[in-house]
Amino acid sequence: MAGTSGKTINVTIKVWRQKNKNQKGQFETHPMKGVSVDMSFLEMFDVLNDRLITEGKDPVAFDHDCREGICGMCSMYINGRPHGPKQGVTTCQLHMRSFKDGDTIVVEPWRSAAFPVVKDLAVDRSAFDRIIASGGFVSVNTGNARDANSILIPKDDADQAFNAAACIGCGACVAACKNGSAMLFVSAKVSQLALLPQGQIERDERVLNMVNQMDEEGFGNCTNTAACEAECPKGISLENIARLNREYISASNFANRK
Amino acid sequence: MSNSKGFLKSSIGRKAIMGLTGLFLVTFLIVHVSINSLLFVGDSGATFNAAANFMAHNPVIRVVEIGLFAGLILHTVQALLLTLANRKARPQGYAVVNGAANSSWYSRSMGLLGTLLLLFLVMHLYHFWWPTKVAVFTDHEHNTFDEIKAVFTDGTMGIISVLLYVIGCISLAYHLLHGFQSGFQTLGLNHKKYTPLIKKTGIGFSIIVSLLFALMPIGFLIGFIK
Repeated sequence: MAGTSGKTINVTIKVWRQKNKNQKGQFETHPMKGVSVDMSFLEMFDVLNDRLITEGKDPVAFDHDCREGICGMCSMYINGRPHGPKQGVTTCQLHMRSFKDGDTIVVEPWRSAAFPVVKDLAVDRSAFDRIIASGGFVSVNTGNARDANSILIPKDDADQAFNAAACIGCGACVAACKNGSAMLFVSAKVSQLALLPQGQIERDERVLNMVNQMDEEGFGNCTNTAACEAECPKGISLENIARLNREYISASNFANRK
Repeated sequence: MSNSKGFLKSSIGRKAIMGLTGLFLVTFLIVHVSINSLLFVGDSGATFNAAANFMAHNPVIRVVEIGLFAGLILHTVQALLLTLANRKARPQGYAVVNGAANSSWYSRSMGLLGTLLLLFLVMHLYHFWWPTKVAVFTDHEHNTFDEIKAVFTDGTMGIISVLLYVIGCISLAYHLLHGFQSGFQTLGLNHKKYTPLIKKTGIGFSIIVSLLFALMPIGFLIGFIK
């Protein structure tokens, strides 16, 4: 590999092990010697798992997919912070150079009643899928393909919608929130459509259904600590939560319909 | 397709109640600190007593007072219910939490600060609200200024009272530091131009109001309010 530093560190990994959602879990300690600082955090876990498999032990289950910070699958709670000590990155984009020689690194799964542990560090985030599904579809014209840019959108609105749409649904907001609230996620998903002309037709219905589903899944209530915003790997802003509040208050009380 | 029935049961609706009652209590603080600042006039409480007397016998204020207690109770009960729901949302906690990395301690401690404020309020009402009520209903001659002075200049008890009041004011400052701007955010009142202004106003309000309140017992104790 070009550009490697060749530097290595020794760290101790304290990782949460849990067979399934019904069994009690516990921490397991693994010393990791000679870890290249150029490794990503997940690659370090790959090395650990290789070793565990060679020793005939059960490898640590963790979620991962693209390993380039865009899919939202990786989900480790590292030393008290979702996705570890760096801002604006997912766990796959966290590198061992962010740690010091001799560090003990505590790795836990997302903790939320709505995200039951499947195994070890892997949690079931299908609650997010159900929230998205409850939002329903947007009405679109069928027939011939239309000219591009036939619907004009103010630049500011387009930018804000795009920023909201950057949410990858990883659940770090829920993991970071002391209340286990999913407001940042839901607010991003509501905002990306509420800001655009294409999202207007189902605007009220969408926010009512999504918030209702969010509450049913058992997420907590937002107290505006802004921990979610600080930990979001995609920099989703708290302004979205204010917009969600506004959209929901308005759709609940002021929509001029029966 | 409106949802006004479900609204008050929803997480956002319940938070809206927190925000509305919180901001309502803020308006009360404005009135309270304004009138109490007359203690600093330096005329042995003549101006202050006149204002206090007006407030005690004003029917409009008496009706608003009922609303105030209702708001306070709603704010407290709702906070308790929401806190319980939030606990349920994370039945198993983390072994390591680095909260300082992503949020301020006081934004995470609104429940604790609110509890301190509630305890303070019980003492505060016992000190001043209750005797005033008794005086109004029994039509007794009542000198509020002297009564306040007595609480804070009563030897060792006076010093303890001043300390407890200062702790109450510090709790108030931090509770407001988060609560003021948080109330607006919860009600969806966010704006590129006005939100920075709301945040600055909130910081100024929290510090100035709490400091003015804290200076009152201190003033009686060290004697610059005479």
